[in-house]
Amino acid sequence: MAEFRLPKNSRITNGKHWPAQPGSGKTRTFRIYRYDPDSGENPRWDSYEVDTSQCGPMVLDVLIHIKNTIDPTLTFRRSCREGICGSCAMNIAGRNTLACTHGHAECPGDKVAISPLPHMPVVKDLVPDLTLFYAQYASVEPWLQTETPEPQKEWRQDPKDREKLDGLYECILCACCSTSCPSYWWNPEKYLGPAALLHAYRWIIDSRDEATGHRLDELEDPFKLYRCHTIMNCAQVCPKGLNPAKAIAEVKKMLVDRVV
Amino acid sequence: MAAYEWIDHKFDVVVVGAGGSGLRAALGCAQAGLKTACITKVFPTRSHTVAAQGGISASLGNMGEDDWRWHMYDTVKGSDWLGDQDAIEYLCRNAPAAVYELEHWGVPFSRTADGKIYQRAFGGMTKNYGEAPIQRTCAAADRTGHAMLHTMYGQSLAHNTEFFIEYFALDLIMDEGSCRGVTAWKLDDGSLHRFQAQLVILATGGYGRAYFSATSAHTCTGDGGGMALRAGLPLQDMEFVQFHPTGIYGAGCLITEGARGEGGYLTNSEGERFMERYAPTVKDLAPRDMVSRAMTMEIREGRGVGPKKDHIFLHLDHLDPKILAERLPGISESAKIFAGVDVTKEPIPVLPTVHYNMGGVPTNFYSEVVTKVGKDPDKVVPGLMAVGEAACVSVHGANRLGSNSLIDLVVFGRSAALRAADTIKAGATQPELKPAMTDPHLARLDRFRNANGGTPTAELRLEMQKAMQEDAAVYRTSEALASGVARMQAVNAKRPDLKVSDRSLVWNSDLMETLELDNLIGQAIVTVVGAGNRTESRGAHAHENYPNRDDKTWMKHTLAWFDDKTGKVKIDYRPVHDYTLTNDIAPIPPKARVY
Repeated sequence: MAEFRLPKNSRITNGKHWPAQPGSGKTRTFRIYRYDPDSGENPRWDSYEVDTSQCGPMVLDVLIHIKNTIDPTLTFRRSCREGICGSCAMNIAGRNTLACTHGHAECPGDKVAISPLPHMPVVKDLVPDLTLFYAQYASVEPWLQTETPEPQKEWRQDPKDREKLDGLYECILCACCSTSCPSYWWNPEKYLGPAALLHAYRWIIDSRDEATGHRLDELEDPFKLYRCHTIMNCAQVCPKGLNPAKAIAEVKKMLVDRVV
Repeated sequence: MAAYEWIDHKFDVVVVGAGGSGLRAALGCAQAGLKTACITKVFPTRSHTVAAQGGISASLGNMGEDDWRWHMYDTVKGSDWLGDQDAIEYLCRNAPAAVYELEHWGVPFSRTADGKIYQRAFGGMTKNYGEAPIQRTCAAADRTGHAMLHTMYGQSLAHNTEFFIEYFALDLIMDEGSCRGVTAWKLDDGSLHRFQAQLVILATGGYGRAYFSATSAHTCTGDGGGMALRAGLPLQDMEFVQFHPTGIYGAGCLITEGARGEGGYLTNSEGERFMERYAPTVKDLAPRDMVSRAMTMEIREGRGVGPKKDHIFLHLDHLDPKILAERLPGISESAKIFAGVDVTKEPIPVLPTVHYNMGGVPTNFYSEVVTKVGKDPDKVVPGLMAVGEAACVSVHGANRLGSNSLIDLVVFGRSAALRAADTIKAGATQPELKPAMTDPHLARLDRFRNANGGTPTAELRLEMQKAMQEDAAVYRTSEALASGVARMQAVNAKRPDLKVSDRSLVWNSDLMETLELDNLIGQAIVTVVGAGNRTESRGAHAHENYPNRDDKTWMKHTLAWFDDKTGKVKIDYRPVHDYTLTNDIAPIPPKARVY
């Protein structure tokens, strides 16, 4: 019988336990995925007992508190800390979200597990490699395409047409949606994933854009678009409250409409 | 020292930073046929331009008559006459074309009923030379920076801009006063890179994180300013730090001035709309420096709100919820998340919060970096440009008007590219780099990487942030500034005692934060020294011992050099350009700044 082994580095060992610092009040334990590419060792779960009264309300505040006062080697991306740059996307207590807008008090359970976005190569600790995700975004040609000569001033756009971009243009490319999608986990090289498809639709539906036919042609493919099986994890996890699944459904409808 | 190897690259132009100004500059250079690299420490759409909310100013006149001259008048007056009027004319004249360009690229601007770009009121923006507030700020709801940055990144993809993403810039490669390139550390594999170029454009943003509470992102560490100081170049007008009136109390997250532009107002503990007392004509739409001072005064005099009477309320609860949902959805969400407030029902607790640096690397309106050599105050530094918040053109002078920053990014990003196309030739031969030019960069990196003293980076950073927050605040006194200088010198003296715990070169964010702290310290020092030196009050620099503006002595730019070894600051001055670019507008002479 064939024997299957998980790829190297997929077994996670138990790591270091960092007990609460003396004088701490009530603490909460955060189990954090650690991976050090220099060490050659498997990833591990380090656990940190944190006095949460000493840090701000968000999970990012806890991570920064750990880095500043307990373990400076803990590595994660962060920037704006207000939910607009999309840097600190990670899996918190089993759910993809932004660490900066997710309160640690909201996390269920005794211990809070924090790991990188699922199913992406890990560079170090909570830092995933998003190269493929960005390439897929670029592949939908996320820029306005027109043939009509540009006007002297702005293109006119009816407020009703502008409204169609709401719920789409707000995407922050955090990758929470794509990396929560089982279909994307199976076919990451071929299926574009919810984020890229949401952007594809954002340009298709823009009344100023004149490349709709070309854009639809590019998506008409058994994998790029049709691997969406309406699992809806994308809409569940989007930290901006967007609904990529709906955008994908709209693209599918447009493809049907142009045939009939 | 461990052995390090450089990986070499050769370009015509290297842009450092991929926010609004960096992307615009890189795009323009690439379009001009120059081989261009854009290196950035974060993925482009995560640059801090993304967090700009309210809008981008330009006299489109979509909401009624407007004129670039009115915009210019407002900007000069807003700058408290420290802005260079030639550069301000360049900005305001070119603003409408720059906004149309963004729209043609696809920015999803909000629209008027007839399909034009929607414009809202903003602080200090007036019609007919100060008569009454005007709607000049072009908006994409309250996510204008986000909409712009994503659109500009898309355009960069359309034009195949060559990006080097998550590369942390280390230092400028200098050769007898000329810039020959920049070195960088690639985070994901730890390799070190030498980017040789005919022209380096710094687009590295502000250094808001020198303070404890800032609307700025964690990544706003002014790395370009730090590199310029180490290269022996001066920074200009660093004492002018803008406090945004409406940072969320506690969290420090930004609530756009557009909230007041849409009809929001501030109240004190007596429920009084106190801005009516401070700025009778424009009220809550006064420029940011004045509103921040008024709020501070109200709190000082015991009229702050909350149990500690230490903040102010911003009311939006009288506005139509439909308007809030359409025009201010982002801050409605932020207020909910960070203050637990439903803006349709309750006021938002706010406090003046560090937001923007008017100062930066001095440039002319071509975006070329200048320095003072002998009697020449406008000596161009060959091979170096600066744009955006990293630069000091100076269009913002002593106080920036809201929405003048986004327009600054694209107008001067474009001007840098135009100048690059005019002054350098694609593929021209470049002199060979010598190891001596970059050895100090490696020595610095290696020193911090192996730093094993007794002061963790986070500890020293906190000490700096507290000193700046307490001693270089909205109101300053001689005593506080003297204390600030002493405290910052103490911080500087602890640099050799830093401790870094992670020794790796792969995504070593402990080391990166240490290099960023090193960049911040020099800038914090020139900020507080410059503030102590300027014995007047002008724009954002409100000196209680010298409450008046003193044009006779102080209508001049501060230049500050920082000696990295001794921690000493040298100060000199450049004249303000009180002349315009063309005869289309006469220079605007200084007068009392009342609104």
